[in-house]
Amino acid sequence: MNLRDELGPYFGEFGGRFVPESLIGALDELDAAYTAAKSDPSFAAELTELHKTYSGRPSIITEVPRFAEHAGGARIILKREDLNHTGSHKINNVLGQALLTKRIGKTRVIAETGAGQHGVATATAAALFGLECVVYMGEVDTERQALNVARMRLLGAEVIPVTSGSRTLKDAINEAYREWVTSVETTNYIFGTVAGPHPFPTMVRDFQKIIGEEARRQVLELTGRLPDAVTACVGGGSNAMGIFHAFLDDPDVALYGYEAAGDGHLTERHAATISRGRPGVLHGAHSYMLQDADGQTVESHSISAGLDYPGIGPEHSWLHDIGRATYLPVTDDEAMQALRLLSRTEGIIPAIESAHALAGTLELGKQLGPDSVILVNLSGRGDKDMETAAKYFDILDTAALVAEDAESLESASPAVER
Amino acid sequence: MSTVESTIAARKAAGSGALIGYLPAGFPNLQSSIDAAVALVENGVDIIELGIPYTDPVMDGLVIQEATQRALENGFKLEHAFEAVSAITARVSAPVLVMTYFNPVLQYGIERFADDLVAAGGAGLITPDLTADNARSWLTAAERTDLDHVFLAAPSSSDARLRLAVEKSRGFVYAVSTMGITGARADVDSAARSLVSRLRDAGSTNACVGVGISSSDQVREVLGYADGAIVGSVLVKALADGGVPAVARTAAALATGTIA
Repeated sequence: MNLRDELGPYFGEFGGRFVPESLIGALDELDAAYTAAKSDPSFAAELTELHKTYSGRPSIITEVPRFAEHAGGARIILKREDLNHTGSHKINNVLGQALLTKRIGKTRVIAETGAGQHGVATATAAALFGLECVVYMGEVDTERQALNVARMRLLGAEVIPVTSGSRTLKDAINEAYREWVTSVETTNYIFGTVAGPHPFPTMVRDFQKIIGEEARRQVLELTGRLPDAVTACVGGGSNAMGIFHAFLDDPDVALYGYEAAGDGHLTERHAATISRGRPGVLHGAHSYMLQDADGQTVESHSISAGLDYPGIGPEHSWLHDIGRATYLPVTDDEAMQALRLLSRTEGIIPAIESAHALAGTLELGKQLGPDSVILVNLSGRGDKDMETAAKYFDILDTAALVAEDAESLESASPAVER
Repeated sequence: MSTVESTIAARKAAGSGALIGYLPAGFPNLQSSIDAAVALVENGVDIIELGIPYTDPVMDGLVIQEATQRALENGFKLEHAFEAVSAITARVSAPVLVMTYFNPVLQYGIERFADDLVAAGGAGLITPDLTADNARSWLTAAERTDLDHVFLAAPSSSDARLRLAVEKSRGFVYAVSTMGITGARADVDSAARSLVSRLRDAGSTNACVGVGISSSDQVREVLGYADGAIVGSVLVKALADGGVPAVARTAAALATGTIA
């Protein structure tokens, strides 16, 4: 059997459904609706039309030679999911699930969000389809991604800051599940990543695999061959699964997922789930996760809210265990340096999440050498991260900027007079 | 017949049903959680449901979340749960079921968990995120060690799933009264009555209703059609607010609902 044909609920030993009985009915209903939609040409046609006329697919690819000079001269090609409407790959999945929501006759959607990209995408689709929308977001994340909170509210969504546990993505997911148990009759849960109970890992992957399908074709057209490697950042793993999937059965294409290593994967502050975790059950699926000896979930840490998650999708755990994909840690600093490098060399400001893939690719390029072709999933753009980046690089010191401006005006004015 | 089953049977024979009381181990500290569980039994609770604090309790409302979070912050470890079971069963004869999310059991080792629970005198497990169709390894361990295995049934469960929950459960079937998480509610949903009736059709002789029950009137009402009433958040809240004496008073008040 081809690796691409795996449909869940299990990927090897990973996946399944570890949820309260109260949610089984809803998951069964969603699974049945999705299975029916998959074989309905009108569903596919409607989704394709939305991609074409609303979110801007196919997204382009961009070769980045000035950036690639820093990666041993390898040819580096970016898949530009950052150019999608709402600024990341998240819209691909959300449009699919929103269409499904309409199909099962529900009028209200809930979602969890970390960086806010999935929340913004869900709020956008809810506005487009006239659905009521509630987004659960960890209180810590509402603070570091305030711009996305404002975007969601502007789009008409209610954003509920989650104050339990570590007040980040993991707790936002818990809270969304708690709500879904009570509201399941009217409400669909639009889950943002390839984790969670079946059918989410399979369904979200299916809605994201268009990234790899387009990119495979585009790279073939541009270079006349398949890439030597495909790289992506991995939190829950939806953009990575999206770009990996089309290449799973191309044995000569290496697949690399870059996990957020925070201060370093050997420190206590990281989100390197595969590098440092072990299999367990979190959020309804059996997969690698960060946990202590008792099976209590350990809090993750990353400068990137979208990767700050102690779990990972089950299909990634399986690809890791069978050796089909390689997962490596990238620190906050490596990611931030790569963010700045791409900005300065190519005029593209990536999301901090995607910058992890860029940092990993810089190293990989040096290993693979100048004859290699590397396809990178640029999963999102960096607009939402400007405050974090400015603080990190100390370039948004307002008082200093004002003083600097005044100084340059003063020194400029005599010249004008002359 | 397991001790949980015979306890319920004895209460039914007396014309009532069982009162099952939940408290988390380690809250507000290990010794107080043991004393509180003993106080429940001394004040009319028939079966103890001892919860294992867990970082991601998706089935629990705010009261229980806050209590279990505090237990974890105070350094709760899995071994403390076995210590608590052992200490409670040394002092009172009521059976103690452990309520736990699945990952702690998986990480401890399913067989080892079962062995240590038996050694501590525990009666079995209630597993909120492990459903009957997904529980083969736990059922194998439970059968080997003669432990009870309580699965949940929900108003949204299909008839086929209710039959499976009844068939695979031993001790009782935990009928979730409402579509929601734990926490006191003014009315216990009429959904509970209809769920219990569907469980009877599916062959259940031991259906206990939980989630939302917080008064003696609700206990009495539930015992009118079910075999047991499970009370949690109101006890945890009493323990949080007024310590062991308060939880003892709350238990005694709830137990008046079991008087036929």
